[in-house]
This record gives sequence, C-alpha cells and structure tokens, in this order.
Amino acid sequence: MTKFSHTIDMTIELLRKEFRVRYKQLALGYVWSIASPLTYAALYYFVFKMIFEVKTPNYPLFLVAGLFPWQWLTNSISAGAMTFYGNASLIKKTLFPRYLISLVVAVQDMIHFIVSLPIIIAMILFMDVKMTGAWLWALPALLIIQFAITYSLNLLTATINLFFRDLERLVQLAMTFLFYMTPVLYAETMIPDRFRHLIIIHPIAPLIISWRHLFLGEPIQMAYLASSFVWASALLLVSQYTYNKLQWRFAEVL
Amino acid sequence: MKTAIVFENVTKSYPIYHHITSGFKNLLLNLPKALREMKSQSFTAIEAISFSIQKGETVAFLGKNGAGKSTTLGLIAGVIRPNEGQVNILGRVSPLLELGGGFHGDLTGIENIQLNGVLLGLSRKQVAEKINSIVEFSELGDFINQPVRTYSSGMMARLGFSVVAHLDPEILLIDEVLAVGDAGFQRKCVAKMQEFKQQGVTIILVTHSSADVERLCDRVIWIENHRIKMDGPTQQVLPIYNSSNG
Repeated sequence: MTKFSHTIDMTIELLRKEFRVRYKQLALGYVWSIASPLTYAALYYFVFKMIFEVKTPNYPLFLVAGLFPWQWLTNSISAGAMTFYGNASLIKKTLFPRYLISLVVAVQDMIHFIVSLPIIIAMILFMDVKMTGAWLWALPALLIIQFAITYSLNLLTATINLFFRDLERLVQLAMTFLFYMTPVLYAETMIPDRFRHLIIIHPIAPLIISWRHLFLGEPIQMAYLASSFVWASALLLVSQYTYNKLQWRFAEVL
Repeated sequence: MKTAIVFENVTKSYPIYHHITSGFKNLLLNLPKALREMKSQSFTAIEAISFSIQKGETVAFLGKNGAGKSTTLGLIAGVIRPNEGQVNILGRVSPLLELGGGFHGDLTGIENIQLNGVLLGLSRKQVAEKINSIVEFSELGDFINQPVRTYSSGMMARLGFSVVAHLDPEILLIDEVLAVGDAGFQRKCVAKMQEFKQQGVTIILVTHSSADVERLCDRVIWIENHRIKMDGPTQQVLPIYNSSNG
C-alpha cells in the first residue's frame, strides 16, 4: 500500500465520518444547507428590492448567485475554530496527517455547494438568463480556486485557534465585516469610482464577482479570475507554512 | 537482539499556555510580560530520561498520576516531540490505546472501527477484510450498531482493544485499558498480548495494576517525579514499588 493511496483512504473515511455525524443530527441536512442561503436571499430581496428599490435587474438571481458561494466560504471558515478541537481525541491518540481534517471540511462544504447548484440553474432557466459556454471551463476553475481558498482559511483558522482561542471571535467579526465589504448584496458597478480600482486586490470580491458573471450569463473577466487565483495560491502557501510550523504541537495544546 | 526504542537524555516540558488562552484583552494589556512569561513558564513532564528497549521486550511503566508516564508514551507514539535529547523508534507503532480515545460518540461501533482502522494505518480494503473478526473479538453483539456514546467504559475498552489487536503492530502501546474490562475480557486481552509477545511484538504497558505487570511484563521502568527511579526485571522492581506505594 503506497502512502498516497492510504492518504486517499483516510480522506474517504474522514469524509464519511463528517457526513454521518452531520446528517445523523440533522436528518434534513441537504434542506438546511440550501434553506439558509435561500432565507437570506429572501430577506435581502425584501429589504433591498422592496424597501430600498435597487435597480439591479434579475435581483433574486443576482442575490442567490452571490450568496451561495458566500455561504460556502463562510461555512468553511467558521468551521475552522472547531476543526481540530472537535477531533481532539483523534489528534492526541494517533499520528495521521492532521491537515486531512481541514481538507475534509472544505470538501464537504464544496459538495454542499455543488448539490445546491440545481437551485441556481432552475432560477437561471426560470428567469430566461442564458447559460454560456463559459460554464464548461469557468465552473471547474472557480470551484478549484474557491476550494483552495476555503481549505487554506479553514486550516489557518483551525491551527491558530489552537494557540489563540479568541481568534474564533475575531474571525466572526471579520467575516461580517468582509460580507459588507464584498459586492454580494450590491453590484461592483455601484461602488464609487475612487474605491472601484481596489476590487482587483480584494481577497474575496473577484471570486464572488466571477461566480455572478457566470450565473448571470455575463462574460468572465480574466483579471478577476487571475486575482483570485493569486489569492488562492498565496493563502495555500501561508496556511501550509503555518501548519507545518505548528502541527507538532497540536497534541500538546489540545 | 535488535533495539526498538531508545531514549537518550529526553526532556519534555510544556509551556504553560494559559497566558495565550486567557484571552485577547489580557494578552494585549500585558503584552511584554505575557511574552516573557510564555517563554519562561513551563511544566516539566519528564526530565533527562534515558533507556533503551529491545525488540520483543514487554515493559511496564509504573508511577503515580502525573509522574510522566503518558508523556513518555506520547513521545514513543510520535504525537509529541522532546525539547531535549533524542527519541529513536524502529518499527511501526500502534497508537496510544486510551479509554474511548479516538472514537466519535455519534458513530456506531462499526463506523468507528472503519474510521480508526484506516487512521491507524490499515487500508480500507484491509479493514473490510478484518471487520468481522474485530466485531467478533469485541463480543459487543448488537451494540456494535449503536452509537459509541451509549457504551459503558468497559465496552469502549473492548472496542478499542479489538481494533488494536488486529493492527499487526511492531510496537504496541497500551495505556490504562485493562483496568475497566470485566474479568473475562481482561483474560482475553492478556491472552492476545501474550500471543503478540510470542510473535516478537514490543509491548509497552502503562498501568496501575501490579497483577497485570506480573502476568505480562519482563521489565518495569518506575518513573517518579519526572525521572526514572528504577529500571529492571519485574521481580526485582515490582516488590520495591509495591512496598513504597502500598
């Protein structure tokens, strides 16, 4: 048995464990995973379309197109605080690669996102928005980039949180801050000119905008795609470095 | 005889982490002080310990709670690293067999076997081949399909030992597990360990039970106050240990 095939086996078993644990407690797991972004979408639709009367066309689809990827992101990152704490006995007892736990969290949230895609596609068809050929290449590209970002941020949060428990609260605050600082509820075109050029260096905005371009049938912009690719690579490096530095102390602090 | 485990002047101390874990506000308010204390304050679990264990030996670590036995086991298992000195391990190490350690309460016995078996080094295929034999060994009956959180501590120990018994380890680490099983299962465990012993498996046992030590171990390493107090054949060390702790 090679090391690689054993790593695959461990990943499969850890993933099965995550699903079993999650769905045993929440029999309606799938429903919950889409109910939450849909509820937010309805709420924001009410506030922004009915009360503030934003002009953005196809606003329900616009909201869902940003909120579903956002939900994936925020779920993976918030899970970071408990990623290693929730598996303390495994980490203290055995010597398997600990990053696999983070990887499994990210995979699980990606699967939730993928199984919620039919909802978005149904809305696209219902609202008569065209599905472009970009789906063929941009969908996998965006999935991979967002997977790398969510995995890195989960691993980074999970690692640092072991040594600095208040990180959990800081991350919650940061995610709320980031949500309003990212064009999820509003279009990037509504951002005042003097700030708009900053979007390209925003860690999350280029990704969310690219998802929305894809779902709304607008052309994908290579600059945004490249920017999120650079962020994904940088975060992977930083998180892997931090993890490598600290992982041998995990069993001590748990 | 080949050597399986060598400790050379091994010291392990833990920094006392509460200055970081006590919170952000405290950290910021006392930053220079907190950093200084983080570096200076530590708890020494074992100090300058040296021993070497040959392949096929069965060794018991005895000592009071907090003496440093579990730290030693953690170092052998490789989940923690020494601050000073060298730890050399030659061979596949089974994990620390700790009561309920490594099991997830919401998973059933079967599901825990599948997860644990793979994390402890088997492939999924190997686990599938061995699972019937593991279940049979555990004698848990229908409980094997119940969530582990409904298990008693004795049942947990059965499950844990049954998995480890099927791992084909070269070095077996057993931490305080025999104490909780009923007499019948204890006999079964001891028989299994004697079988391992005959196959040349190196066995490290941490326990408080003199009876287990007498039944199984050739050698006793007695740890007191984070250092080795005595190291020698069971019949030599055990009576002295018993009389000083009796």
